[in-house]
Amino acid sequence: MKYLSEYRNPGLVQQYLEEIQRITTKTWTLMEICGGQTHSLVKNGILEMLPSQITMVHGPGCPVCVTSTDVIDEAIYLAQQPNVILCSFGDMLRVPGSKKSLLEIKAEGGDVRLLYSPLEAVLLAKDHPNKEVVFFAVGFETTAPANALSVVQAHKMGVQNYSILASHVLVPPAMEAILEDEENRINAFLAAGHVCTIMGLEAYEPIARKFKIPIVVTGFEPVDLLQGILMAILQLETGVHKVENQYARAVQRAGNLVAKQTINTVFEISDRKWRGIGTISQSGYEVKQQYRQFNARLKFNLHLPQTEEIGDCISGDIMKGRKKPFQCPNFGSNCKPDTPIGAPMVSSEGACAAYYHYATTLKQVSKTKI
Amino acid sequence: MIIQSCPIPKFNFEMISLGHGSGGQLTQQLLKSGVFEVLKNDILDQQHDGAFFRLTGAVAFSTDSYVISPIFFPGGNIGDLAVNGTVNDLAMCGSCPKYLSLAFIIEEGLLMEKFWQVLVRIKEAAERANVQIVTGDTKVVEKGKGDQLFINTSGIGLIHPKAQIHHNHIVPGDQIIISGNIATHGIAIMSVRKGLEFETTIQSDTINLNHTTAKLLDGFGNAIKFFRDPTRGGLASVLNEVAAVTHWGYDIDQQLIPIEEQVEGACELLGLDPLYVANEGIFVAIVQKEAAGDFLELLRLDANGRNAAIIGAVTCEHPGKVVMKSRIGGRRIVTPLTGEQLPRIC
Repeated sequence: MKYLSEYRNPGLVQQYLEEIQRITTKTWTLMEICGGQTHSLVKNGILEMLPSQITMVHGPGCPVCVTSTDVIDEAIYLAQQPNVILCSFGDMLRVPGSKKSLLEIKAEGGDVRLLYSPLEAVLLAKDHPNKEVVFFAVGFETTAPANALSVVQAHKMGVQNYSILASHVLVPPAMEAILEDEENRINAFLAAGHVCTIMGLEAYEPIARKFKIPIVVTGFEPVDLLQGILMAILQLETGVHKVENQYARAVQRAGNLVAKQTINTVFEISDRKWRGIGTISQSGYEVKQQYRQFNARLKFNLHLPQTEEIGDCISGDIMKGRKKPFQCPNFGSNCKPDTPIGAPMVSSEGACAAYYHYATTLKQVSKTKI
Repeated sequence: MIIQSCPIPKFNFEMISLGHGSGGQLTQQLLKSGVFEVLKNDILDQQHDGAFFRLTGAVAFSTDSYVISPIFFPGGNIGDLAVNGTVNDLAMCGSCPKYLSLAFIIEEGLLMEKFWQVLVRIKEAAERANVQIVTGDTKVVEKGKGDQLFINTSGIGLIHPKAQIHHNHIVPGDQIIISGNIATHGIAIMSVRKGLEFETTIQSDTINLNHTTAKLLDGFGNAIKFFRDPTRGGLASVLNEVAAVTHWGYDIDQQLIPIEEQVEGACELLGLDPLYVANEGIFVAIVQKEAAGDFLELLRLDANGRNAAIIGAVTCEHPGKVVMKSRIGGRRIVTPLTGEQLPRIC
């Protein structure tokens, strides 16, 4: 496959591994932000190929994992309303809220639909004028433009019965929250290539300066990841801390201006509660006042009680890089993809699911009860 | 070609209604409108409540229900799928399929024209597999209580005299062989599923495999330890199932697994792992090491085995687990499928 097989070339992989080995003199801990990167590292067996001095910890970049139970409860409440069609991306359906998951609500007769694009939801609303169609708009900066566009589109088409339940989260505030944590032990970040394709590099420069930490915007294929790791180690070994762009074939310094403009048209920055982490100031998007008729929270006057998160999940520690999935007492026993206690075991981008599905070394296999 | 040999007859009704499943006059009208004629054979023509026939020797018996959506897809429809599916299940038991039952659950409102197209595919698939449809049933449910058409087929096959297929015979060193490209059927279906339609020339690989497996059994008999068609859950699920029952480890090499480039590209796009995507026209065989080379050579001469490959071996290591060497040389566990594969969200 053009543009993919080049980045899966075993010869190049070997060269990068040798170079990483050659330049690494100390122990370093790197965090890859995005769950897509975590999966690629685990699925391709890269974690066990890296030199032992390098530890990869897995960041919060899984939108399903960080969506708070409060928001899932809001979605569930909406799905239970007789006149509502609740539309969502697939992974969100299985994540448990405080009591149930959307999948259970669907089985009970709630009209929950799995869609691949929010624009489909707008068309669904147009086709069902007597129903209220709500799109569960989760995701990082990557999915925000399409969700914003659905609102712009509905507005243009005069579709009144469409709204979104926005639960967008932003990467840079989460990185700062991780770095400000007392127990932080991360030496460098691999920033999320797709998020930066939309947002560009600029937001990361103050973080690199303030915390004196290398940040390498990195892609998702084996060669991308190894090149990103090499660039980060090179900075660490030479005492440099700056933002670099490994994923230059997709990411421009200023990002995607049209996409950013669409986001700014519909969304404003707000505080957001992260599952397992807590509320991070100015870390999410909410629908702007002038589009309030498309904000499901206002339309349905949602004021549900805040819930405590289920105590047995250590997702916060995992997403801050403090612990690995194997260190959770429930991993592979009480918590499995079919019976998840926490979201990282559900999502296709969750670190626990990655370890469960692709457990990398045979040593790890013997430790897991899968 | 088939359409020419089975032109759509003139029906005096356009669509199937509840009455066509009542067992009364309308049912007779439906059956006599061409169903009996299309599926015609001596046993069916007896028009009893069941079929009478004689069999001598050990038999395999299998059943499967077909609820595919959409019922028409590139490369086939629910009709040939329902015949090939049960024929292949019988073939995987080491048997030569002989007789099938055929039961329809039809949602009222199904156009006769569509039903006819399904019947024609059933006839064609049964002829190709050399099986007879000897008994059947038709039920009609109210609009909204079905999804156009569901089919159940059950089948009986005579065990091949040389077949010794049982997972208990598998030992370390045995070779894992796949008869063709993986993930084709699943991606062909995804390409026409509502909300996902994408342009492609990928066609379902649905086909009967019984003549292929019979030929292999003729040639290699008890060197063949295991046959299984990796339908739902794909290659990963079959290997995990056999790993779980034999308690051996199963090593496979990603580089050796045949997959069409277009299918692999579609999997990338949809965020699907091809190891878990459904197949209809291929099988996994586990074969004694010494015979594996010749087995592969014979299989590759068959139209259904042109892309066959040895993809790995059974091992004493990591008992009960399937481990894959990735293209870049890393290793990972291939776990059983959990839930349904869902496309990525960002």
